[in-house]
This record gives sequence, C-alpha cells and structure tokens, in this order.
Amino acid sequence: MASEIQLTEVTKRYGRRPPAVDNFSITIPAGQIVVFVGPSGCGKTTTMRMINRLIEPTSGLITIGGEDTSKLDPDQLRRKIGYAIQQAGLFPHMTVAQNVGVVPGLLGWDRGKVADRVEEMLDLVGLDPAEFRDRFPRQLSGGQQQRVGVARALAADPPVLLMDEPFGAVDPITRGNLQDELMRLQAELHKTIVFVTHDFDEAVKLGDRIAVLGDQSRILQYDTPEAVLANPADDTVAGFVGAGASLKQLTLRRVRDVQLSQAAVTVSTSDEPADIRRSLQEAGASFALMLDTRRRPVAWVHVREPRMRRPIRDMVSRESTLQDALEAILTDGGNAVVTGARGEYVGLVDIDTVMASVRELRENA
Amino acid sequence: MSFWEFVSDRWSRLLSESLLHVSAVVQCTILAAIVGVTVGIAVYRSPFGSAVATALTSAILTIPSFALLGLLIPVLGLGAPPTVAALVLYGLLPIVRNTIVGLAGVDGAVTDAARGIGMNRLGVLTRIELRLAWPAILAGMRVATQMLMGIAAIAAYARGPGLGVEIFAGLTRAGSANATNQAIAGTVGIVVLALILDGIFVLIGRYTTSRGLRGQ
Ligand SMILES: Nc1ncnc2c1ncn2[C@@H]1O[C@H](COP(=O)(O)OP(=O)(O)O)[C@@H](O)[C@H]1O
Ligand SMILES: [Mg+2]
Repeated sequence: MASEIQLTEVTKRYGRRPPAVDNFSITIPAGQIVVFVGPSGCGKTTTMRMINRLIEPTSGLITIGGEDTSKLDPDQLRRKIGYAIQQAGLFPHMTVAQNVGVVPGLLGWDRGKVADRVEEMLDLVGLDPAEFRDRFPRQLSGGQQQRVGVARALAADPPVLLMDEPFGAVDPITRGNLQDELMRLQAELHKTIVFVTHDFDEAVKLGDRIAVLGDQSRILQYDTPEAVLANPADDTVAGFVGAGASLKQLTLRRVRDVQLSQAAVTVSTSDEPADIRRSLQEAGASFALMLDTRRRPVAWVHVREPRMRRPIRDMVSRESTLQDALEAILTDGGNAVVTGARGEYVGLVDIDTVMASVRELRENA
Repeated sequence: MSFWEFVSDRWSRLLSESLLHVSAVVQCTILAAIVGVTVGIAVYRSPFGSAVATALTSAILTIPSFALLGLLIPVLGLGAPPTVAALVLYGLLPIVRNTIVGLAGVDGAVTDAARGIGMNRLGVLTRIELRLAWPAILAGMRVATQMLMGIAAIAAYARGPGLGVEIFAGLTRAGSANATNQAIAGTVGIVVLALILDGIFVLIGRYTTSRGLRGQ
C-alpha cells in the first residue's frame, strides 16, 4: 500500500527574507524512493517538513493519495506518515519496545497487538527482539539507534515515509549497511519514501528518482540516477555529480547483479591450525576464509601463519553496490566478502569483477 | 538538667512540633512545585520570559525572611497563612529555575521526532518533555525543601507552627533554666529532619526516574 505525493507551487517564506522554498512542484510516484539531494541550506528539510505539516506552507497545495493535507488534522496526518531523522530522536526514557510502540499506541491499538507489532518491526530491521526489546536508547550504538528509529517510523504501517538524513550521523561502514537494509525493506514494503540527503552517492544508491535541488529548493534535475549521471542537466548538477562519474556508476550496479566467486578454502573457527595449513597446501591456495559455527565470516587465515586471524573489517550484502564492494576490497585487500540476510557467507567479489563492470558501464554510457 | 534529659522530658512536644514543621515544609514545597512548574512551562520557550521569571523569583529570595513575614502579617494575619505564603514564595526560585533548565535542555531532535510521529502538544509536554526534565525538577524541589526547613523556623515569629517555637522561646529566655537546651533542641531537630527528608528525596528520585535517564 502506498500513496502518490504531489506538491504544487509550494512556497515557504520566513519573514520578509527571500523564500526558503520557492514555487516548488513535484510528483512523487507511489511506492518509489525519491531522494532530495542538494547542498546544505538549499531547503531540503523545509520542503520535506511541509509534507507532514511540521512546517506550514505559505502558499501552494500538497496532496497525499489525492487528499489535500491542509484539510486534515495535523496530528492525525502525521500518525499516517513515518518520520525518521538524523539523530534518530529516540525517546531516552523509553525502552526500545516502548519507542517502537508509540505510534500504534497513539492510534489506539490494543496492547497485545502493539507488542506483536514491536517484535515484528525489530525483526524487520535486524534487531533480535529478545536482546533489544528492553534496552534503553543510551545502551545502543548509533547504527542500532537508527534501526530503532526506522522501526518506529514503520510501526503503524504508514503508506508514506519521510527520512531526513537518517544515516548522516553514523560511520561510513554502518551507513552502507543501513542503506542496504533500507533497500531490502523497500523491496518488501513498497512505501512511498521521500529521502533527504546532501550525499550524492547516497542519492544514487537509494533513489528510484533523484531531485537535485539548488537554492530555494529549485529543482535543477528530476530523473533516474542513471540519467542524472549520464546527462547532468547543467553545470551545477555536473559539479554535484562531481569527478569520477564513471566510478560513481558503480553505485548503480549491485552485488547481486554480478557473478560471485567462491573462496578456494573455507575453514571453521574450531579447526586446528595444522589442519588449516594442510587443507590450504592441498588446494594450493594461500588464504582460507574462516567461518564461525553459524557460517558467518570471521577472518582470513594465511597458510604460513594459520594461527593468526586477520579480522574482516568490511563486508557487503547482495543489495550493496559495487562501489561498496570496491571499498571493502580496498579496506581488507583481496576480495570483498558477501553475506546473506542472517550474516552467513555467500561468496566473494574480486577486483576483476569490479573492473569488468566499470568497462561495461563505460561502453554503454 | 542535661540536654538529653531535657529532650526526653519534652519528647512528645518536640515530636508534635517536628511533625508540624515537616508537614508545613512538605506541603509548601508541593504547592511551590505546582506553581513553579506551571510558571516554568509557561515561560521556557521564550528566553525573555525565562529571564524574567528567574529574576523575579531570585528577587523574592533576597528579601530577608524576617522582613517578608513581617510584611505579610498585616495582610494575612498571624499563624498559618503568612507562613505558607512565605514558604511557597521562597520555594519558587529553585523549582522555577530547574524546570526551565530541564525543559529547555530537552534535545530538539527528540521533541521534533515526537511531533513528527503525531503526538499533540500536550502529549509532547506530558509524555516527553516533563519526563525528561523530571530529574532537574526533582532536584529543584530537593533544594527548596532544604531551604524551607530553615526558613520555616522563622515562622514562629508569626506564631507559625514547628520547631521554630522552641528556638524562639529558648532565645528570648536566654540565661534562664534550660533556655540553651531548648534552642539547641529545636535547631538539632531541624537539621536531623532535613537530612531525613533529603534521604527520602534520593529514594523518590531512584523510583521515579527512568533507567534510561540514569547513569548518563
Ligand atoms: N525557522 C526558520 N526561520 C528562518 N529561516 C529558516 C528557518 N528554517 C530554515 N530556515 C532557512 O531556510 C533555508 C533552508 O533551510 P533547510 O530547509 O533546513 O535546508 P537544508 O535542509 O537543505 O539544509 C536556510 O537558508 C535556513 O536558514
Ligand atoms: Mg536539512
């Protein structure tokens, strides 16, 4: 279930200064992710917050699923629009479960139904309910807080989701993971998502369509990521796309689109170093991938020092982009390790695969 | 008569005065909290309003308690009314100030998220802002209570209830038998009661503050 969002000639003025958002019109198709991307201060947040009426437009019309939002009660309206922001904004005095259950509670669901829904949502965002349900926000990492923020935004199954730089405050590796998760969720849920960011790579990765915004929220280009990368509308957009556009096209390719290779030798954390060395010598390989009992990758082990585990710092999933894979290769050397939904090992991406994709994309452009 | 003999001799009287003293202070603190938190809620969004409220309540505190009581007696008469009025007025400052600091200190991202997911203004205030400001408000009430324990002694001057009666009687009869014992009994009583109340505040804080806010 999703709804189309339409903004027609929307303007927001603060006092007598030039408008923060000037005559903004856009159609956000139902079930798609549209990313507003632009430099800081260009009016992305203001534009987005007018959709759920945290900011009232000075003039113009905003409809969701054909309904004029200015005719609705703002609080009722917001309960049907998921909202996730940069610092997550979790309520520090409430447990994870209470945070996630707030909107269903506001909508008057009974306790049992709320509790079930909380479990379901935590599962959905990859947090084990038994472990996390009763924790407080301060007992979570930044990435976990963002997951709870997303779970809270989705808890009442709103058709529309607004996200304002939700992954802006976490480290790059966690951000990559959270982006992958969002893609996975969206493949399942098909919400209409408005996503605000100043990071062009993030826009290319997540957006079905990208709206590149300039000052006063002026739309410089509104198109698919492929089209924006291939044909920037003007010099400003080209500047924003930046150098290395062909490298950025790697963000258009997913790990699931390429052929994965397999590690020559996989070993278990419980194997003896001597056995590891023997398997490697038999296979004629120098590195083995070590998996734990649940087949999750743990480390690389070299034939000469089978006791020494070199931890894997960066892994990718099938939803990750080839750019993420390239980063993982550069971080860990050798190959990028690909894991499945439960963190289990599924394969490897090597540098040759990445290079072949770059060549192919360049020929097609 | 030694001090302890004096105390055991007058035990029941001292006890009832202690009860009156504590009950006056606790009730006035609660009244001051109701007024103070209301004032804090009314002004915390406006820096100007906050500054005015803090300045006014500090100004009250600079009036010597003896003088304030003296000024209230012609208006309110003797006994409980001027005592209650003075204690509530003195209790306001720490509570108003801490309420403002507590509410203004709530992370903007948290209230934004609360509004954004559809809580109405009253909900944001009662379910989010006041809960987060509660440790600060409680600390204000604790300071107010300690202050009022001492100030309440002066209420005896306006024929108010409490251990101040002993102190005043002791001081006016200085030199006569047991005068010093009487003044000391009243003073020590107040100090002991203040410590007990302080301990109770620690317990209240522990049981009414979310675990999510503690240990930060
Ligand atoms: N409450 C406000 N009062 C006055 N000006 C504001 C207010 N909120 C935002 N602005 C101005 O509007 C412009 C757009 O801000 P914003 O939407 O936050 O930009 P972005 O999210 O793209 O960084 C900025 O120039 C900012 O200074
Ligand atoms: Mg912004």
